[in-house]
Amino acid sequence: MTLLSVEGLGIAFGGIKAVHDVSFRVEPGEIVSVIGPNGAGKTTLFNMISGVYQPGAGRVLLEGEDVTGMAPFRLAQRGMSRTFQNLQIFQNMTVLENAIAGFHLQERGTVLADLFNLPSSRRRARQAEAGARELLARVGLERAADREAASLSYGSLKRLEIARALAMRPRVLLLDEPAAGCNAVETEEIDHLIAEVAASGVAILLVEHDMKMVMRISNHIVVLDHGEKIAEGAPAEVSRNPAVIAAYLGTEEAADADG
Amino acid sequence: MPKLTVKSATLLVLAVLIAVTPFFFPSGYYYRVGALIFVNGLAVTGIVILTGYAGQISLGHAGFAGIGGYACALAPEYLGLHPALAMVLGAAVSAVLAYLVGRPILRLKGYYLAVATLGFGILVSMVLNNERDLTGGPDGIAVPELGLRGVLKDWGLNLSNGQFWYFFCGIVLLLGAWIALNLYQSPTGRALRALHGSEVASGTVGIDVARVKLQAFVISAVYASVAGSLVALQNKFITPDVAGFMHSIEMVTMAVLGGAGSVLGAVFGAGILTLLPQALTVLAEYEQLVLGLVMMLVMIFLREGLLPSILRRLRGRGE
Repeated sequence: MTLLSVEGLGIAFGGIKAVHDVSFRVEPGEIVSVIGPNGAGKTTLFNMISGVYQPGAGRVLLEGEDVTGMAPFRLAQRGMSRTFQNLQIFQNMTVLENAIAGFHLQERGTVLADLFNLPSSRRRARQAEAGARELLARVGLERAADREAASLSYGSLKRLEIARALAMRPRVLLLDEPAAGCNAVETEEIDHLIAEVAASGVAILLVEHDMKMVMRISNHIVVLDHGEKIAEGAPAEVSRNPAVIAAYLGTEEAADADG
Repeated sequence: MPKLTVKSATLLVLAVLIAVTPFFFPSGYYYRVGALIFVNGLAVTGIVILTGYAGQISLGHAGFAGIGGYACALAPEYLGLHPALAMVLGAAVSAVLAYLVGRPILRLKGYYLAVATLGFGILVSMVLNNERDLTGGPDGIAVPELGLRGVLKDWGLNLSNGQFWYFFCGIVLLLGAWIALNLYQSPTGRALRALHGSEVASGTVGIDVARVKLQAFVISAVYASVAGSLVALQNKFITPDVAGFMHSIEMVTMAVLGGAGSVLGAVFGAGILTLLPQALTVLAEYEQLVLGLVMMLVMIFLREGLLPSILRRLRGRGE
């Protein structure tokens, strides 16, 4: 069954169409990448799918259920998680606490149990902590667990955000430029991590500027330009598509192409 | 030596302070000042949960203190309740009211939230001032004796009135601090702090932001209500001032001054802002001026609040 399907999604800001009539699907275990020049509407598309923006047109279906414009926390409860291009880290917490926060849906219980430190509350917190430590090890941050999140490097924070998103055991994962600001080694690590997560049956939607990475790990690529889908297909097809080459290397956008 | 957690260290420091300070009291009057610090500390601990943990602002929490206080005056008279049960009733009413008021208000952010809660506080204060038949209006109303001191006397523990309230409020403060510290490291507390850190990210991990905000608001309202009840029971009298705007401001100022993020900081802030006016009375009309100046200097130079700043300095020297 299709995990995520996007049908005719569109939104306009002040009369200008930021995204227009975009459709695609993501199957379990598949990595679908959205590419396009700067300002093509990739992040806007992400924000509509993840409930940050209310779409002006179209539908978002999660396992067949219409979840269009649903609040992010409700989407999270239905198994959708995401990371952010500009990082959304809990700067007031330690690295470990950030990862534990990802277990919120699994560790939450009654407020009274929490207020009086009842055994049930302690058990939930302990389980979440164990899970969080495991995830931190998986993204190579186990030694930084007790540091303030704010003190981490950009690349480490990117991995922390992925760990937090994975903590929810999502079935659909939206990654907005997970490798931005990372060096070659880190990028490769993230690469492996994404492939591994997909292999476990998670549907992954990816926005990424690192074309080598996109071509290497994507099963399917959707190309946006000026808010419209201009092409889609397997990496090899897309890279040969004249419309795509024009969008990236065309007369006006040439300067923006690798930005 | 086993490593002390923040929780046990805080509780230990508080317990020792409560137990040891009376040995240095020059006169029985200081038991009263001490009890006042503990009650203020309790209300401010509620603010720590709302502001320090969850990052939300309320300028109307004295309204809940008013409800707690007047519950102790009115429930024994009209419902025949024991004053202790009246305190529980007051806390329950405050919780329900906080829930109803908080639901629409907590969708607002920053300044708007502050103004809306301010409106709530003023509303309670106006009702207490104007419903003379019920509340006695601005002149206040008598509150019955709690009666616990008499019970303790029968058991052979003979405390003066000042001593009784000092230790009673101290124990309630310890209990309040314990609950707040439990919350801090619990799943709910983590959700509150997450929301403080980033509302956007909180949503993506499944935190129902509106719901946890409301939880923090209700919990902190109960703290304020119990503090109001304790003041009323101790003084055996209450006036609408307890619900006044100045009292709301005082609570927030104590929290921010001491360090809104920590329970010990809250009690520290409550202690300083309760003691400072007493110490500054020698300055007569300049008292308020100096008080304002101290607060400005703290906010400019020690922005995290007094206690966190001091601890940081001490730690920095140690390394």
